[in-house]
Amino acid sequence: MTVEVAKHRELGLTDSEFDLIVEKLGREPNDVELAMFSLLWSEHCAYKHSRKLLRRLPTEGERVVMGPGENAGAVDVGNGHAVAFKVESHNHPSAVEPFQGAATGVGGILRDVFALGARPIAILDSLRFGELDSVRSRHLLDGAVRGIGHYGNSIGVATVGGEVYFEGPYEHNCLVNAMCVGLAKTGDMVRAAAAGVGNAVVLMGASTGRDGIGGASVLASAELGDGDDAKRPTVQIGDPFEESKLLECCLELLEKGLLVSLQDLGAAGLTSSAGEMASAGGVGIDLDVAKVPLREADMEPFEIMVSESQERMLGVVEPAKVAEVLALCEKWQTGAAEIGVVTDSGHVRVLRGADVVGDMPVAALVDGCPLYDLEPAEPEGWIYGNRRTLADDASAEETLLALLSSPSVASKRWAFEQYDSVVGSRTVRRPESADAAVLQIPEAGNAIAVSIDGNGRRVACDPYAGTVEAVLECAQNLACVGGEPLGLTNCLNFGNPEKPIPAWQLDRAVNGLAESCEALGVPVVGGNVSLYNEGPEGPIYPTPVVGMVGELPDPASTCGNAFAREGDAIGLIGPFEPNLAGSELAKLRGELDVGLPQPDVPAVAAACATVRDAVRAGKLSSAHDVSDGGLACAIAECAIAGGIGCEVDLQPMRERGCSPVEALFGEGPGGFLLSGEREALDALGAMHVGEVGGTTIEFAAGDRSFTVGLDAVESAWRSLDSNLEPSA
Amino acid sequence: MRWGVLQFPGSCDERDALHACSLLGEARLVWHEERDLAGIDAVVVPGGFSYGDYLRAGAIARFSPAMEAVAELAADGGPVLGICNGFQVLCEAGLLPGALLLNEDLRFHCRQLDLLAEDGATLSIPAKHGEGRYYAPDDVLDELEANGQVAYRYAPGQNPNGSARDIAGVRNEAGNVVGLMPHPEHAVDPLTGSTDGLRVFKEIAAAGVPI
Repeated sequence: MTVEVAKHRELGLTDSEFDLIVEKLGREPNDVELAMFSLLWSEHCAYKHSRKLLRRLPTEGERVVMGPGENAGAVDVGNGHAVAFKVESHNHPSAVEPFQGAATGVGGILRDVFALGARPIAILDSLRFGELDSVRSRHLLDGAVRGIGHYGNSIGVATVGGEVYFEGPYEHNCLVNAMCVGLAKTGDMVRAAAAGVGNAVVLMGASTGRDGIGGASVLASAELGDGDDAKRPTVQIGDPFEESKLLECCLELLEKGLLVSLQDLGAAGLTSSAGEMASAGGVGIDLDVAKVPLREADMEPFEIMVSESQERMLGVVEPAKVAEVLALCEKWQTGAAEIGVVTDSGHVRVLRGADVVGDMPVAALVDGCPLYDLEPAEPEGWIYGNRRTLADDASAEETLLALLSSPSVASKRWAFEQYDSVVGSRTVRRPESADAAVLQIPEAGNAIAVSIDGNGRRVACDPYAGTVEAVLECAQNLACVGGEPLGLTNCLNFGNPEKPIPAWQLDRAVNGLAESCEALGVPVVGGNVSLYNEGPEGPIYPTPVVGMVGELPDPASTCGNAFAREGDAIGLIGPFEPNLAGSELAKLRGELDVGLPQPDVPAVAAACATVRDAVRAGKLSSAHDVSDGGLACAIAECAIAGGIGCEVDLQPMRERGCSPVEALFGEGPGGFLLSGEREALDALGAMHVGEVGGTTIEFAAGDRSFTVGLDAVESAWRSLDSNLEPSA
Repeated sequence: MRWGVLQFPGSCDERDALHACSLLGEARLVWHEERDLAGIDAVVVPGGFSYGDYLRAGAIARFSPAMEAVAELAADGGPVLGICNGFQVLCEAGLLPGALLLNEDLRFHCRQLDLLAEDGATLSIPAKHGEGRYYAPDDVLDELEANGQVAYRYAPGQNPNGSARDIAGVRNEAGNVVGLMPHPEHAVDPLTGSTDGLRVFKEIAAAGVPI
C-alpha cells in the first residue's frame, strides 16, 4: 500500500488526485492505468492550472474553420481553402538535448497540422536562450538551430520566419517554440474525433520503442529493476524521413477518403491519442498492445501505452477500407497495423491479446482531472536582476551601435540561413526582408502573411501590457506587408503556476491576450501551454509567444522593410509614445524595473488599417514597425536592408514631449516607420522625419546630432555572424 | 517536350520542379519504382533527401528502378538534369564525374546567389544544401575544364560550400546530363525572387544528343 502511494506521487499525482482516481474507478488503478492517468492528468495534457484562464480567450469568428480542441486551428482563406496553424513548445527536451529537442518539436507541430489534412507549407520558430556570453547558451542555440534545420529542411517545409531573444532568465530553461502553417481544401479536412462503433483503429508510421517515456520513467525504473542502466533516455529521437513518408501517406489517405478521423501521437503517446479521440467522439476504444509494432520485443503494456516514439499517427478506418489503407502505407514504405477497434463502451480498454490489462472510463481518464484555481500574488518589484553592459557616458552613436549589436536586436541571418526558406515555391518575402513572411496561395488566388512574436522582458515588466504588445506587434508586422489578421495561435511559456508570482504573471497575461484579441477582432484558434519553466534562480521571463496569420488579396502588392529610393520621404505614423521602460536600452543600462505604459489598442488597430491599405495600394516603398531598440534601430535596419542611408530629424518627436534618448531608443507599441513619396506619406497623416539617400545615417534631434556610416551600423547589426562563427 | 520529374520517398522539391517543367512543356511525376519512361523526353532528378540520405546522399536512390531507366535514357542521349540531391544521385550513379561533400563549414546554407553560366551570364538562383562541396581530383578538374564540362560556377566570393574551383554544376562528356547544386526550379517566378532558373531548364532541354 505504501509503495502504491509513493508511486503515484513520484508520477506527479497528488494524494487527492489519486483518491479521485480510485473513486472514479471504484478500485485502485493498476500500473498501466496509473501510468495513463498520471500522464493525462498532467499539466501538459489536462491544462489543470490553465484551462479556467483559457476560457477567457475569444475563439469565434466568421473565418474560423476549426477552433481550439482540434489538433490545430484553421481559418478560411477563400476559394474553398483553409489555412491550419498552431504553435507548440518543446522547451524541456531542448534544454536537455537541444538538437533532438528542437527537431522533434518541429516534427510534432508538423503532425498536428497534417493530422487535419493540411499540407504543411511553413514553419516559424520562437527561441529564447540565456545571454550569448554563456557557453551553455551558445551550445543550446547551436543545437536548436541545427535541429530545426535538420527536420524542416529534410522534410521539405520552408522555415520562413521566427525570432530569437537572449536574456539571463532563460539560461537554465531555454524556450523552443515551433509554429507550423498548413494549407487544405476545406472540404477534405478531418477532425480528431473517433466515430463509428466497430471501426478499426490503425497505428501508422514508426514502430514503438522505449524512447521518450517521460513522466513514467519512474515506473519504468521500478519495473525494469534497479541500477542506472535501467534509466531510459526521455528525449525523443526524430527521423524526418519517416515523417516525410508518413505525411505523404496521410495526405493521400485523406484525399482518397479512406480515413474517418486522424490524430497524431505526441506527448503521452497512444494514451493521449486514443483517449482524446474517444473523448471527442463520445465513444470507447479497445487497443491491443500485442498488435503494436515494437522496436524492443519485451516492452511492458504501460511502456507501449506511454511511449513517445516519434512519427506515429492514429487513424480510424471503416472495416471495409482497412486493406486499402494498409496497401497505401506499404506504397509509402511506412508502417501500419490495425491495433484496435472503436466501441460503444465509453471506456478505453488496453488488451494484451486476450487479457485486459487496463480498463478506464474515458470520462474519468480524459476529462476527469480536477481543474485548479491559481493563487496569484503580484511581486513587490523587479525580481529578475539587472546587469549593466553599457557605460553611463556612452554617446548616442555608441548607444546605437551597442543596441544594434545586442544579440536580441542583431540580424539573425546566422540562424535563418541554416533553414530552407524557399521550398514549396510560395515564399514571396523571406526572413528579414519584411516584417512578416509572405506566402503566395495560388490555390486561393491570394497570399498569407505570418508572424510570430513575444518579448518576454516587456511581459516581465508588465504581464498585461507586455502581452497586449505581443499581439499588437504581430498585427503591426502583418500590416507592414499588407496583411489583415485572420486568426491567432499562442504558446504560454511561464514558470510554476503553483507559485504566486508566476500565477499572477499567467493570469495577467491571459487577460492581456483575451482583451487585445477581442479589441482587434482576432480569434484565438489554438494554442499550447508550457508551465514549470524555472531554473535555480527562479522562473523564466513570462513569455507568451503569439503567432498570427493574415490574408493579402494580392501577393504582388506587398511591401518590404528596405529603404528603396534615393529622395523618398521617411514618415512615422501610429500612436507611438516611446518610453525607456522595459526597453533594450534599459536592459543594457541595467535599469529594468516593473511597469509599462498601457497600450491604446484601438489606436494601434486604426494605424494598422491605414498602413495595410497603403501597402495594398502600392503607395509605400518600405514599411517597418518600431520595435526593439526604438526608432533609431528601426531606421538603421531599413537603411541596412536597402543599402542606402538617410537623414532623419526627430525634432517632431521632441515636440511630442520625448527626450532625445526616448525619441531615438525608446520603445512602445503602435509605431510604423514608412518610406515613400512625400505626398503619399502626407496623405496618410504621417509625421515627416527625414529623407532616404547617401551612405550615412544622419540623426538630428533638436540641438543634438550625430552621423554614423552605413558600414558601421551594418557591421554592428551583423555581429552575430562573426560572434558565432569566430573562424569565418 | 515531355518532362518527367522523379519522386523518391524523401524528395522535397519535386513539386517545384514539376511546376518549373510545366512552364516549358508537359510534365509528370515519375514514381521511383517506375521502370518505364516511355513518352518522356527529358528527366529531372529533383532535390530533397531521397531515402532520408541514409548511408550517403544519393547512395540509395541510384539503385532505384527509375534510375536504371534514367541511365538508359541518358545513354541514348536523352537530356537529364539533376538538382541538388539529384546532382548527388547522378554522381553516385556514375552519370556525372566527381562527388559532393559536406559543406566546408559543416553547416546548411540557404541563400540567393549569383551563378555564372559559360557565356558569362549571371543567374540569380537560390542554393540550399549541407552537402554541396564539389570535389574531384585535380587531374579530373583539369580535364572537365578542358572539355568544357563545367556548366556553372559560383560568382567570385559567393561559393557557399568550398566547392573546388567554384564549381556549382557539371555536365557529362556528351553534354546531355547536367547536375548542379543551386535550385533553378526555385527561380521561375518573379514573385519568389527571380526567373533566371528557366534558362537552366531551357539549356538542358536543348542538350539532347542525337544518337
